[in-house]
Amino acid sequence: MRQVLSLHGSTALLTRANPLAKSAAVVFITAVLALSIDWVSASTALLGELALFRLAGLTLRLLWQRGWPLILAAAGGGWSTAVLSADSGRILLDAGIWSISQGSLELGLGFMLRGLAIALAATLLMSCTDPTDLANALAQKARLPHRFVLGTLAAMRLVGLMAEEWQTIGMARRARGIGSHGSPLQRLRAMLGQSYGLLVQAVRRASRLAVTMEARGFGGARRSWARESTFSRLDVWVVLGGALIAAAALAAAVAAGTWHPVLA
Amino acid sequence: MAASGAGVRPAAVSARGWGWRHAGRSVPAVQGLDLDIRAGERVLLLGASGAGKSTLLHALAGVLGGGDDGADESGTLLLDGAAPRGQRGRAGLMQQDPETQVVLSRLGDDAAFGAENLAVPRGQIWQCVREALEDVGLSGFALDHPTSALSGGQKQRLALAGILAMRPGLVLLDEPTANLDPAGVLEVRDAVGRSLDKTGATLVVVEHRVAVWKDLVDRIVVLQPGGSGRPAVLLDGAPDEVLARSGRLLAAAGVWVPGHVPATRPRARAGAGPVLLSAEDLAVSRERPRRRGVPPVPVQSGIAAEVRAGQALTVTGPNGAGKSTFALTLAGLLAPSGGRVRASAALAAGAGTEPFKWKAKHLIARIGTVFQEPEHQFVTGRVHDELMVGPRHLGRGGDVVVELLQRLRLDHLAVANPYTLSGGEKRQLSVATVLAAHPQVLVLDEPTFGQDAGTWAELASFLSELLDAGTAVVSVTHDEEFTAVLGGTALRLGPARMEAGAA
Amino acid sequence: MTGISARAAGTNNSWRVVDIVVAALMAVAGGVIFWAWSPGANLVSAPVNAVYPPLTGLYAGGWMVPAVLGMLIIRKPGAALFCETVAATGELIMGSQYGLTVLASGLLQGLGAELVFAALRYRRFNLPASLLAGAAAGLFCGLNDSFAPWGWNIAYEAADKFAYIVCTAVSGAVIAGALSWAATRALARTGALSSFASRKAATEPVFS
Ligand SMILES: Nc1ncnc2c1ncn2[C@@H]1O[C@H](COP(=O)(O)OP(=O)(O)OP(=O)(O)O)[C@@H](O)[C@H]1O
Ligand SMILES: Nc1ncnc2c1ncn2[C@@H]1O[C@H](COP(=O)(O)OP(=O)(O)OP(=O)(O)O)[C@@H](O)[C@H]1O
Ligand SMILES: [Mg+2]
Ligand SMILES: [Mg+2]
Repeated sequence: MRQVLSLHGSTALLTRANPLAKSAAVVFITAVLALSIDWVSASTALLGELALFRLAGLTLRLLWQRGWPLILAAAGGGWSTAVLSADSGRILLDAGIWSISQGSLELGLGFMLRGLAIALAATLLMSCTDPTDLANALAQKARLPHRFVLGTLAAMRLVGLMAEEWQTIGMARRARGIGSHGSPLQRLRAMLGQSYGLLVQAVRRASRLAVTMEARGFGGARRSWARESTFSRLDVWVVLGGALIAAAALAAAVAAGTWHPVLA
Repeated sequence: MAASGAGVRPAAVSARGWGWRHAGRSVPAVQGLDLDIRAGERVLLLGASGAGKSTLLHALAGVLGGGDDGADESGTLLLDGAAPRGQRGRAGLMQQDPETQVVLSRLGDDAAFGAENLAVPRGQIWQCVREALEDVGLSGFALDHPTSALSGGQKQRLALAGILAMRPGLVLLDEPTANLDPAGVLEVRDAVGRSLDKTGATLVVVEHRVAVWKDLVDRIVVLQPGGSGRPAVLLDGAPDEVLARSGRLLAAAGVWVPGHVPATRPRARAGAGPVLLSAEDLAVSRERPRRRGVPPVPVQSGIAAEVRAGQALTVTGPNGAGKSTFALTLAGLLAPSGGRVRASAALAAGAGTEPFKWKAKHLIARIGTVFQEPEHQFVTGRVHDELMVGPRHLGRGGDVVVELLQRLRLDHLAVANPYTLSGGEKRQLSVATVLAAHPQVLVLDEPTFGQDAGTWAELASFLSELLDAGTAVVSVTHDEEFTAVLGGTALRLGPARMEAGAA
Repeated sequence: MTGISARAAGTNNSWRVVDIVVAALMAVAGGVIFWAWSPGANLVSAPVNAVYPPLTGLYAGGWMVPAVLGMLIIRKPGAALFCETVAATGELIMGSQYGLTVLASGLLQGLGAELVFAALRYRRFNLPASLLAGAAAGLFCGLNDSFAPWGWNIAYEAADKFAYIVCTAVSGAVIAGALSWAATRALARTGALSSFASRKAATEPVFS
């Protein structure tokens, strides 16, 4: 998780764009995809996104690492849509509560691709966006209250530590004779106990972190920013690029006649 | 004072009958404090564990209590003639735990955080930051170096830089070198000295060992615990004068006086018993294998060691060498990433030869582990319950608990919440919890850090008794006096093997 | 540890630094715990999903824990909304199968819980209030998944949507409501909440 939270060393083009511009681009794409379930718009957007993964600083391996859980999840969503949506066309399978028809299969497939395209857009966004830059942009450009933004950012940094802490607390409890061996029930109890230990640690750590922040003068109404969040020409291109992919997805689906608005 | 010190106005402190009682405690932590610290003065604050040193530092930084229900303040404590709470940025506090000292994930951002909060203009911030990083010896790192990739000692330096970059009038350091190796201690101290020479700020530093700071400070103040009815300040004066005149008084108050090692019970039997636990070509790492067949890069490998009944084994090495990782592996808590840890038949008593595979219940009767961070091991809400955990799991009575409470000077805290103890008290409790289960092998990670001389001597004596009775003691420590008392064999780990690309 | 934070708490409704950081971390920690649980959860949910997908709603309550837990601990207006949004942001950063739309569901779930506490004028934090808040968060979660254009169940037939919403509401009440309530009491017992309005949660009456 540490690696996910830090972009140290990445020189990809999109890491230099303003997080707000990148978010806007992803919002465009997500919005168009959300309007309809059809495989043409989804695959158009998906192709567009896949063309960009290099610019976001991902390698094929990284893309696969982050992508396969998304594919699994999208496939699950596609399956449930296929069996549970209203049937139309030829019935392909009918077994009690399950039924798959040609129409629902197409819907399921479209749903799966759409889910994948929506998830991949956000994955690209996050893999080229440093949380610190995002916070800077949110506080300086979007004018969200800086106490909340920076407080959250500081807490987020503890995420990576918490994953380690989980392991440490497990060991510490074992050293005290509270182990995670035994029957499933005993294991569940141990798991609950460990979660609780983590929660206690989390509250303590956060309280202490708050003291640290206050001891460094945090919490006042006015503050300056060592790193200015700026917009550049690159950001114009990023927003245009997002709009372009969104428009292409829409146009392709309308042209192919598969556009299928969900709220119609 | 150099030119770059311009803009730093040293702060003065004045306390009149000041006292503080924490919520849920019947006895005040500090009582009747009368103290004046002139602007620009450098003070070493001493006192036994629980004497209220950290409490005073937090109060000076303006971060004490507030939300706590039932805490109680008396008298006045003023920073430049006004309450510290309203003066954000006048005092910079460095707490002990380096991990919570880091706020942001990039080195430069973290160092700049304080200055930003004080609304220093952007151009000036980076100048302050660069200077501060240079002062603490971190200027070799890029400003966007990830803070998570720093070792414990480097984090402590960064915390110091963050405070120096704020240009506070009062620098407050709470045991800034507690977890550092001997070389790191001197480096951090020198960094503080350099920066103070430049800015002329006032300094209050808390540390148990006097020798390190003696030459840098111009005054020593010794506190005594509140609740004694006497004024809080026990001794006050120039370092040499106080040390020369009141050496005995200081030692009695639990202060580490240079050149004076507290008396401990000597080892009676020197011979070593049978081997209980052995490490063979052991490789250790915290990271678990990600995929089958692809082991993580170990921090240390090829370690060979034997733990014998009645013998101490001391593990030393620089910060980040993998000492704690080794200790955890030896204690059966981490899986070896190579080689093996083998328990002899005498220790295993039917539980198998690999400690990592034992059930927790079997483990605590055989190997007891004290973690480097005491709080990780607390599982209950009261000191007494905490000590009873081990005996109860083993179906034993609580007699040993009563004795432990007394010997490790925790009896007045029996009903307190473990998390609210002072740094030193927490350490004692975590050691005591393990002793209560009476295992055959003790694995102690930095058992003496943050301990005053009194409890230090008590702990060392206790362990020497256990050793004579046939317990094996493995300790990870930077503490040479402690090693000398326990005797036995030593294992030194060299600097860790770094992964490719790490700075 | 000594001090907790500056400035008085009391009945003051404005957020202190310690409130913000603890609330945010709470939300994130909820995410981490859930993340650690998910291998087991996937084992359970895969066959369930294959059999009758709406039943997966029974598992949804886990995501709403931050909303209720955050409010029970901080006890300030906006806590449920803030925590759930932060939790969703955290999920987004760790990699979410829902993409940006996870923010919308986070906001809505938080809103569900927030409305209940607001209706009780931020005075009741007992078991019934928690159950109700959890159920409301679950309800909003079910509504979002079933009727928002980006919802995963948008194409289900009405009866299946209804079944799913019932499942999420029940799950919200039990997992997010009851569990958070119990967790808050347990946390208060350790003294970790000493600087929050919930410091006495362990000894408060269950029903009034
Ligand atoms: N948050 C708290 N709640 C209740 N009691 C506390 C709290 N913090 C400290 N105490 C108690 O107040 C007393 C003084 O604690 P303090 O941390 O100031 O000691 P210290 O001089 O720094 O000791 P050490 O050298 O061990 O760090 C101790 O008895 C401790 O148990
Ligand atoms: N929880 C963890 N997860 C992963 N790596 C860790 C973890 N804790 C420490 N490390 C890394 O493992 C290495 C060895 O750490 P370890 O804590 O064993 O060192 P140490 O010798 O005990 O140092 P110190 O004297 O600072 O306590 C370090 O490089 C550190 O960065
Ligand atoms: Mg202290
Ligand atoms: Mg260590």
